[in-house]
Amino acid sequence: MKGRGGLAAILPFLWLALFFAFPFLLVAKLSLSDTALAIPPYAPRIDWSRGLAGVRDFLAALDVETYGRLTRDRLYLDAYLSSLRIAATGTGLLLLIGYPIAYGIARCPPAVRQALVMAVVLPFWTSFLIRIYAWIAILKPAGVLNAALGALGLPPVDILNTETAVILGLVYAYLPFMVLPLYAVLEKQDESLIEAAQDLGATPLSAFWRVTFPLSIPGAAAGALLCFIPMAGEFVIPDLLGGSETLMLGRVIWTEFFANRDWPAASAVAVVLLATLVVPILLFERQQAKVLR
Amino acid sequence: MRKGPSAFNVASVVLGLAFLYAPIAILVVYSFNASRLVTVWGGFSTRWYKALFQDAQMLEAVWVTLRVGVLSATMSTFVGALAAVALVRGRFEGRTALASGIYATLVMPEVILGLSLLLLFVSLGLPRGFWTVTLSHATLTLAYATVVIQARLASFDRHLEEAAQDLGCPPWKAFVLVTLPGIAPAVAAAWMLAFTLSLDDLVIASFTSGPGATTLPMRLYSQVRLGVDPKINAVSTLLIGLVATGVIAAYLIQQRQRRRQSG
Repeated sequence: MKGRGGLAAILPFLWLALFFAFPFLLVAKLSLSDTALAIPPYAPRIDWSRGLAGVRDFLAALDVETYGRLTRDRLYLDAYLSSLRIAATGTGLLLLIGYPIAYGIARCPPAVRQALVMAVVLPFWTSFLIRIYAWIAILKPAGVLNAALGALGLPPVDILNTETAVILGLVYAYLPFMVLPLYAVLEKQDESLIEAAQDLGATPLSAFWRVTFPLSIPGAAAGALLCFIPMAGEFVIPDLLGGSETLMLGRVIWTEFFANRDWPAASAVAVVLLATLVVPILLFERQQAKVLR
Repeated sequence: MRKGPSAFNVASVVLGLAFLYAPIAILVVYSFNASRLVTVWGGFSTRWYKALFQDAQMLEAVWVTLRVGVLSATMSTFVGALAAVALVRGRFEGRTALASGIYATLVMPEVILGLSLLLLFVSLGLPRGFWTVTLSHATLTLAYATVVIQARLASFDRHLEEAAQDLGCPPWKAFVLVTLPGIAPAVAAAWMLAFTLSLDDLVIASFTSGPGATTLPMRLYSQVRLGVDPKINAVSTLLIGLVATGVIAAYLIQQRQRRRQSG
């Protein structure tokens, strides 16, 4: 490797190549295979004992049949569309909820800010599975939410096992990931810019809209991407809060793999999900590269 | 601009924190509930904690999870520190490629990561179990460790290390003696974060684990699917207490160091 500091990069590079890049090639390969009654449950496999002829036969046996199956069954298309819809709705809500929180923290005195940022991060350190599990007890028909509504004389709601519950769970779990990047840009903002705008006659509200908000867009973009990408492939939240109706791709991959033992189908769905997320992932990387520089 | 938060600012922060903490608080309170029902308060009791410590399968899963966490966090902190040094200090071809690789693992949906790692172990002929989960968790947490160390390293004053080199110290020794102690809090924070993420992961462990290596999240998940069980509240409360103590202690240590440096 040319240049300085390349030596330290060797081990990380090898690690990423073996445990990250190469496995994706295996997923792509498997999505072109067929299911078989074997261990592992797919065919063809390369017959190394026959040398080049074995490799040739293996390549000849690959086909796009699995992808054909995906297009013929409505279930996959529905899961694809609802994954994107749910992730987009969740990201929009996160921006709406996360922004006032990040802004509020940034307006506090520095000593208080530190403690508040820690308070936002702390739940992230506690088990994700357990935090989602807590929502089951809150949302279930005889749960905490309905007990509270009943005490207030309001009619009960039944939202566990619906898309609403999934979106609520996503917003809850990903809120720190939205607040932190927003806070990072809002905290750095030069207050004299706002003072200048107000000296020139801007009301506080218009100073916010024309100065603070535009300057915070990089943080909003980083937060949105950081939430949208993993949310589109989320498994635990739709599985625990979504009931049987909420279809999302992460869950389809899980079911194909564990319940149906259809490894090629699981791989093909993973390839489709990854292909969809390539653009947001590249956008996120460009964003982070700017921060790095 | 009027300094200090407005009523609206205070309200949004308070409501936001309430939203984040209410479910956790409910979980903790009901772990001490004598009644099995979530909405009925049957008096204070520690019976679920007693039941928990008699559950051999659960305790076995805790032990597996802790071992996987310690080993995988150590691996990923080591590789992540190297990656951070290369990203911050390096001026070599392929630096952008390394950065993209790291950031891609950061946002990659866990199902994809889990499935692809499983296929790797199958094609290598490695039997699934303790070591495959450990290697997978090291891969999952590598990006987080890198980002944490990288942030500290970027703000670390390079002149100190250069001064040591000017005084005749070889570069690697200057790094170990000057820079490494300076970034030690970030390395510790990176390890803690990697450890916590490993303790927490369900999806990747489910794909890459085998018989005899059931982790705590896997055990919890199979019980959660059967319905709400107060024993889970008890184990959750213990986990929350453990992690909160660690994080708050780390925060206080950092604050004290900062005061000492500035004072």
